[in-house]
Amino acid sequence: MVAVAKPSAPSATHWAVETAELTRRYGTARALNRLDLTIPWDQRLAILGPNGAGKTTLLRIVATLVRPTSGQITVGGLALPGQAAAVRRHIGLVSHQTFLYEELTARENLLFYGRLYRVANPRERADLLLERVGLTERADDRVRTFSRGLQQRLALARAVVHDPSILLLDEPDTGLDVAGLDLLSRLAVDESGRRRTVLLTTHDLQRAIALSDRVVVLANGVVILDRAAERVDTVMLDRAIRGESFAGKETS
Amino acid sequence: MNGWLGQVSALLWKDLLTELRTRELLGGMALFAFLVLLTFNFAFDLRIDNVGSVAPGILWVAFSFAGILGLGRSFVQEKDRGAMDGLLVAPVDRAAIYLAKFLGNLFFMLVVEAIALPVFTMFFNFGIATPALALVIFLGTAGFAAVGTLFAAMAANTRARDVMLPLLVFPICVPVIIASVAATSLVIDGGTLTNHLGWLEMLAAFDLIFGILCFVVFEFVVEE
Repeated sequence: MVAVAKPSAPSATHWAVETAELTRRYGTARALNRLDLTIPWDQRLAILGPNGAGKTTLLRIVATLVRPTSGQITVGGLALPGQAAAVRRHIGLVSHQTFLYEELTARENLLFYGRLYRVANPRERADLLLERVGLTERADDRVRTFSRGLQQRLALARAVVHDPSILLLDEPDTGLDVAGLDLLSRLAVDESGRRRTVLLTTHDLQRAIALSDRVVVLANGVVILDRAAERVDTVMLDRAIRGESFAGKETS
Repeated sequence: MNGWLGQVSALLWKDLLTELRTRELLGGMALFAFLVLLTFNFAFDLRIDNVGSVAPGILWVAFSFAGILGLGRSFVQEKDRGAMDGLLVAPVDRAAIYLAKFLGNLFFMLVVEAIALPVFTMFFNFGIATPALALVIFLGTAGFAAVGTLFAAMAANTRARDVMLPLLVFPICVPVIIASVAATSLVIDGGTLTNHLGWLEMLAAFDLIFGILCFVVFEFVVEE
């Protein structure tokens, strides 16, 4: 087992993520509108909704990249934006963009991020993750020679280089093949078998149901559907996203 | 080295390695400095009696114009490929990002200046490389890079970043360029160190004040 300089986990007595009347405006548009949401530790939550529903904004607020306009949000009991520096140690983010440096090799990219996150043995950690995402043979190739799918695999490895307890996946399936998609569920568990808390946004409804324990549908920055994943199907989700059958919030 | 300085060295290592492989920055800056010197070579008739007043201006125009070209590229890699979010989501002190970028920019500018000086000597048939001049160039370049690194981060967030950067940097850097030109002129005229002291002190004070200021406010520039 590779030693990772992991900070002490946030208090387990708190929710992994808790929001209260969380609002984010861009000009006059409200991306999030007084959003109340609690996410327990170890839960895999799929956040769905049409374009502009507020999915990415929510993930970017949790990732400390965007500040809320009003309302409260805590991540592991740590309030944002005040304790953003402490929160960053516990989150990993996979976004539309890979955050990779194309002129560096796959190993060098992981080594770089490992050093940024102060991982104890970044070389060993990089090698372990390259093996987990099936890139050992391409470890010394520059990222610019990788296909989009391979870059996304490496981006997944980058996101867990510091073994985060909360994983934020913002449409992570971009360019991934079937084996790559399988990685998503495997990386939702750390090396010791402990489940990470996962917040996932995607437009693939089947994948959302398959990868998550709970599904939330957002529309205009508010929750319009909140159910256990086994109690939803793609037809129901599709209708909710189109706004056809759920005039108010439905929770399980 | 796994602490704050480890993060600075990781960021610096990444920039230097990328540049070593692409040579985009140094190649462009060096070529630009060469072209500026070449243009001035045809524009001015440099003689012994006017060298002290003309040469420093030529040198610092070449240095600052080539420098602004490099500064403009320093955050593009992060911005174009979305990697800035990758840095900001990591538990990295924003000041560490600033320091690494500043050191990288300073290094690239000094390398280009080291290339430009012999070119200047060749074009104008006038050798000026002395330890005193090296000190002036270092202090002047450090001040320019300190301010330029901050504004490069700011301009990277704007659409017209290539236009914005010189408009932001040059007004603030007027004192450092004036002091650098004046100190260089004194060095060329063969004055003693005490003759330059006033300008050197001004350069050092500018570097210190703006270096600390930019180091502190960088966080507010890159954070939302």
